[in-house]
Amino acid sequence: MSEQVFTVDALKRILLEGAGADESVDLDGDVLDTSFEDLGYESLALLETGGRIEREYGISLPDDVFSEHPTPRALVAAINALLQDAVAA
Amino acid sequence: MSTRTVITGIGVATPNGLGVEDFWAATRIGKNAIDRVTHFDPTPYPSQLAGEIRHFNAQDHLPSRLIPQTDRMTRLALVAADCAFKDAGIVPGDIAEFDMGVVTASTSGGFEFGQNELKKLWSQGSQYVSAYQSFAWFYAVNSGQISIRNGMRGPSGVVVSDHAGGLDAIAQGRRQIRKGSKLIFSGGFDASICTWGWVAQIAGGRLSTSGDPDRAYLPFDADANGYVPGEGGALLVLEDEPTARERGARNIYGEIAGYGSTFDPKPGSGREPGLRRAIEVALADAGIEADQVDVVFADAAGTPRLDREEADAISAVFGPSGVPVTAPKTMTGRLYSGAAPVDVVSALLAIRDGVIPPTTNVELSPEYAIDLVTAQPRSAPLRTALVLARGYGGFNSAVVVRAAD
Repeated sequence: MSEQVFTVDALKRILLEGAGADESVDLDGDVLDTSFEDLGYESLALLETGGRIEREYGISLPDDVFSEHPTPRALVAAINALLQDAVAA
Repeated sequence: MSTRTVITGIGVATPNGLGVEDFWAATRIGKNAIDRVTHFDPTPYPSQLAGEIRHFNAQDHLPSRLIPQTDRMTRLALVAADCAFKDAGIVPGDIAEFDMGVVTASTSGGFEFGQNELKKLWSQGSQYVSAYQSFAWFYAVNSGQISIRNGMRGPSGVVVSDHAGGLDAIAQGRRQIRKGSKLIFSGGFDASICTWGWVAQIAGGRLSTSGDPDRAYLPFDADANGYVPGEGGALLVLEDEPTARERGARNIYGEIAGYGSTFDPKPGSGREPGLRRAIEVALADAGIEADQVDVVFADAAGTPRLDREEADAISAVFGPSGVPVTAPKTMTGRLYSGAAPVDVVSALLAIRDGVIPPTTNVELSPEYAIDLVTAQPRSAPLRTALVLARGYGGFNSAVVVRAAD
């Protein structure tokens, strides 16, 4: 399995595809450290986002991934760590 | 003594137009919107005609957050809700959130959304099914999404009784106004012109199989051979009259003056169907006699037995040809939970303009002793209208709407 990298741009694309974006939020702005909740994503939107990341990257996310990593920056780092673990395994 | 419940805003989306004025301009002149299905290829199916809403692009009206989580019927309902607020001259924040509620009817639920997710389930696996399938298909979802989008946290709910539900929801809205809510949105939307919805409707056994848009849905005609399905519906803004007048409501289309609902006796019992009683209950509730009704908007099922039952009920209450009867839904097909709220809208606008929209394409069968308005709109001073709706399985409902002045 070749090494995959999960980027912020990929996260934004998946968020938009799966859940859209709140009218008051510009995902292209400085949102890296804004919580998903403040970005307007409720639990179902995050469930959908997580499902799409799992499908696309062939990984399994822990149930608490969004509560443990509640911002785009934290989530991207956590998913890249999971991807590296998957390559190492 | 309850105060009167008045209609102060309308949001409507039907194959004959989006928004009150477009809808009414087409309806009052009898424009036929039935045509061959384009939402999917109907070639393999015995029924191929529908009343479709064309040129509706939800992305033009709704934020992207709502698109992945909504069925077509919900998108139509949300846009209609925006229109209804505008028409009522109210901004959602004007009224306290617990004083506003939403009561809608639903017949099918979000069939197209569900169809797409089921397809993914069987072809790709459960991990491909949208998390939003959990509610997007659900009967109550239109009430819920309208409530969330507009901050309406008062009494809300959904009624599921097929076509009759459109009137039952309005009656429930009136109850909530009488109990003290300041504003209730009420009505219904269905939009299941997709292959899964289509086979479900075919299974009901009442769909027309005619391929001629002008001859497919002919209630009260000797050639009646079933109905054509359509999509869409309407939302009404209900308020109590003093509140509406106090805020200087710019539209007071009329009042919900009476309501009755009954259930048919067991098939084969030989007892009379419940529609006549529903009419009588609604008239009594409105405190009027039959001769005070100026026009009847019929359920117009389009199958001989049901047309017979409705014509008999109308002649029993009003006398042979005793009141003008019309069924403008011949232009759009039957809209399920949306049909009766749309008829209520037509009734209110008919009263406003003194014109009865026609039952298009139909030539009245001599078997029925009703004064059916066919071919051309009919001008008449109108003050009181009766709207009828029946639901598959025995539901009968009737609503009396009356000019509010």
